[in-house]
Amino acid sequence: MPDDTPLLSLEGITKDFYGTTVLRDVTFALKRGEILGLVGENGAGKTTLMRILFGMPVIAETGGFGGTVRIDGQPVSFRNPFDALDAGIGMVHQEFSLIPGFTTTENIMLNREPSRRNVAVDLFGPRMATLDRPAMTTRATKAIERLGVELDPDMLVSEMPVGHKQFTEIAREIDRENVKLLVLDEPTAVLAESEAEILLDSLRRLAAQGISIIFISHRLHEITAVADRVVVLRDGQLVKDTSAKGVEVREIAAWMVGREVDANARVRSDRKYGGPALEVERLWVDMPGETVRDVSFSVREGEIFGIGGLAGQGKLGIPNGIMGLFAAGGTVRLHGKHVELDAPRAALDAGMAFVSEDRRGVGLLLDESLDWNIAFTAMQVKGSYLKRWLGGLFSLRDEKAMRALAEQYIEQLEIKCTGHRQKAKELSGGNQQKICLAKAFALEPNLLFVSEPTRGIDVGAKKLVLDKLRHYNRDEGTTIVMVSSELEELRAICDRVAIVDEGRIAGILPPDAPLADFGLLMAGERAAEASA
Amino acid sequence: MNKLKTAVADFGWPRIIIFFFVVALFVAAPLVGVRVDGALSDVLSRFGQNGILVLALVPMVQAGAGLNFGLPVGIIAGLLGGTLSMQFGLSGWAGFLGAVGISLPFAVLFGWAYGLLLNKVKGEEMTIAMYVGFSMVTFFAILWLLLPYSSPNMVWGYSGTGLRTTITLDGYWTKILNDFLAIRIGRFFVFPTGLLAFFAAATGTMWLFLRSKTGTAMTAVGSNPDFARAGGVSSDRMRLVSVVVSTVFGAVGILVYQQSYGFIQLYQAPLYMAFPAVAAILLGGASVNKASMVNVLVGTFLFQAILTMTPNVINSVLQTDMSEVIRIVISNGMIIYALTRKTKVSK
Repeated sequence: MPDDTPLLSLEGITKDFYGTTVLRDVTFALKRGEILGLVGENGAGKTTLMRILFGMPVIAETGGFGGTVRIDGQPVSFRNPFDALDAGIGMVHQEFSLIPGFTTTENIMLNREPSRRNVAVDLFGPRMATLDRPAMTTRATKAIERLGVELDPDMLVSEMPVGHKQFTEIAREIDRENVKLLVLDEPTAVLAESEAEILLDSLRRLAAQGISIIFISHRLHEITAVADRVVVLRDGQLVKDTSAKGVEVREIAAWMVGREVDANARVRSDRKYGGPALEVERLWVDMPGETVRDVSFSVREGEIFGIGGLAGQGKLGIPNGIMGLFAAGGTVRLHGKHVELDAPRAALDAGMAFVSEDRRGVGLLLDESLDWNIAFTAMQVKGSYLKRWLGGLFSLRDEKAMRALAEQYIEQLEIKCTGHRQKAKELSGGNQQKICLAKAFALEPNLLFVSEPTRGIDVGAKKLVLDKLRHYNRDEGTTIVMVSSELEELRAICDRVAIVDEGRIAGILPPDAPLADFGLLMAGERAAEASA
Repeated sequence: MNKLKTAVADFGWPRIIIFFFVVALFVAAPLVGVRVDGALSDVLSRFGQNGILVLALVPMVQAGAGLNFGLPVGIIAGLLGGTLSMQFGLSGWAGFLGAVGISLPFAVLFGWAYGLLLNKVKGEEMTIAMYVGFSMVTFFAILWLLLPYSSPNMVWGYSGTGLRTTITLDGYWTKILNDFLAIRIGRFFVFPTGLLAFFAAATGTMWLFLRSKTGTAMTAVGSNPDFARAGGVSSDRMRLVSVVVSTVFGAVGILVYQQSYGFIQLYQAPLYMAFPAVAAILLGGASVNKASMVNVLVGTFLFQAILTMTPNVINSVLQTDMSEVIRIVISNGMIIYALTRKTKVSK
């Protein structure tokens, strides 16, 4: 094509959610027939960027965005996904949006079915038209052929292997007459290696037909294999926009996780550890979306042990499984003593405490006051904050002690609130997180699990939370296992960092290991040998 | 002014409107020839008579098991206690306390079984509970005929077997609580000291229970079951405890109700007993997930006041008896209103 205007260009895209900037001045362009590999860690802003491109209502509801989106050089602003579809943008989502009881053809043609007129149409309007099934099959077959894959047009979606579902979804997008740009959000995440290969071939074919593709994937070798260009986002900023030619997986991994920081700045020589505090062997956890398949590790007394990895790989499943919140199996020993799984009470009685990543769902009693939130677990597990009456015949809540406890932590953790009677739901995210920490500290655990302790909280609160964790570790001797998606945070506070990939520990690294090594482990490239 | 506004908002407009409606009824009463002192006395005794049945709803609401539409389960236990106590020939205080004592093991047993069932139908408790109540009442309608009761004061006169639909408590424990230390002022006003003291004691017990470790755990289960579980509390167990406590209070509640009413009503009578109690607690400002002693007291008082006063006044105005119709309209109207109201619970 002689026309040199890029098909899509994003200029200075900026977006913030309630004061948190998630995208800052992102600019790049995409030529016709080009495959662009978009990579970045979770929370780097990929999804938000695609939502802006696709005109998702959530963007407008949260105050719109800054910058310009141009298609064929013309500025566009989509008010909803239908506008984007009309403009020739197709999107294939991670989750399948297919109807299980319909066939391949029916799914591909859904809501665009060629139809036939009949008497009812004249009487009641076009909604009464009958489907032109032969035409549907022809068109669906054509779309499938364009992909270059084998799909039975009459097979029910519910009976298909996952790979075929993914192809059906893509076929649906390319059936549109005017489709110019296809966005694929982690299309290979659910596919087996061989299926992924076929998919990549299809993408190349589509690109050769002049369709531009934005391909999002965490499997970096796929990016290097298929993409013409690589765009790397980190913390909402575009950090690299380069031709994919000659780029190594290792380089992309390093761009993704960040610049090399001076690891020597941290003094670690004075760290002393005792014997093994927590020993986990062959743990599996059935936590939806965070399945742990086979994990073994051991945490030393007095250590801060970090667990990182991408979302959905199973890092969150580890603490949730050990604390008995999801069905789990395997062997867990705390100070040599066997801990029963599937029993939250047993885990708490053993002296472990857990700050859940699901703050509002599991961490807090939103409708109750702060003193309840902080004291409840300690009351139930250890019988503290109860006052005995009539010689121990019965005991009642000791509201005074609960109040003192709450006030102590409100001061110590700088929790901003109107007082200990305020309801937990009225606090900001950061302060709610501090309440969750206070709840765990009130148990005086000898092993503390913290899961995503800084997710969704502002910088100041983040620092305070990390400082408190460090303080409890250094001064109270609490062994801490911290699970986080933020690698920088793990590297800053932990003594060792394990990276989880596909439900298994891909490797355990010292925090000052080169960033690229972390990136490679996260991306499932086991090339780098783990060295602890 | 702001303070007043928040106070009003806390108390809730519905309660304020109904309160003024009750006041208006009291003002209107003398104009249509209804005695205010007699009416007030009626309201007080009905307040104490129904209060414990309303109180019985609190634990299950707190534990997140919804409004106990299965209150008849507890009522049946109370009826067993009452009839057995009569059968054993107990009367006076021994009769009443005997009835309470005998009903307790039944209440615990029934409540436990009923609780096990409710734990299997989480999210649908209220509907299921209603049908559990209905089934229980109907099943016992058969048993009342078949059980070998023989006290001549209770069985059908012509056959000599099977309990009568209505059994008078005269000579047993009629108004034993109402009349205990009762204060009589003038011809029409009686302050039922014993009844209200008993209700106060029951309310106090419930209040203490909710402040115990178990009560606290129960409230947390109702507020956020996942939080409670992460805190090492078994939500099923807490719900079971709440159902048992609710059933026990239901059993005691019906005995208090009957001694004030003067009759034991069997067969179909317990069928709809849960509805006025539910209406009262909702009127008192409780939601499906949160209820307090204040909700119980305010709700029972307002509900019983309307139920007593509206028919009185309207009957006198219209010169006909339509009290029963008005009662049904009001109590069911309250339930509809309260259940459709959005509950303000954060999830």
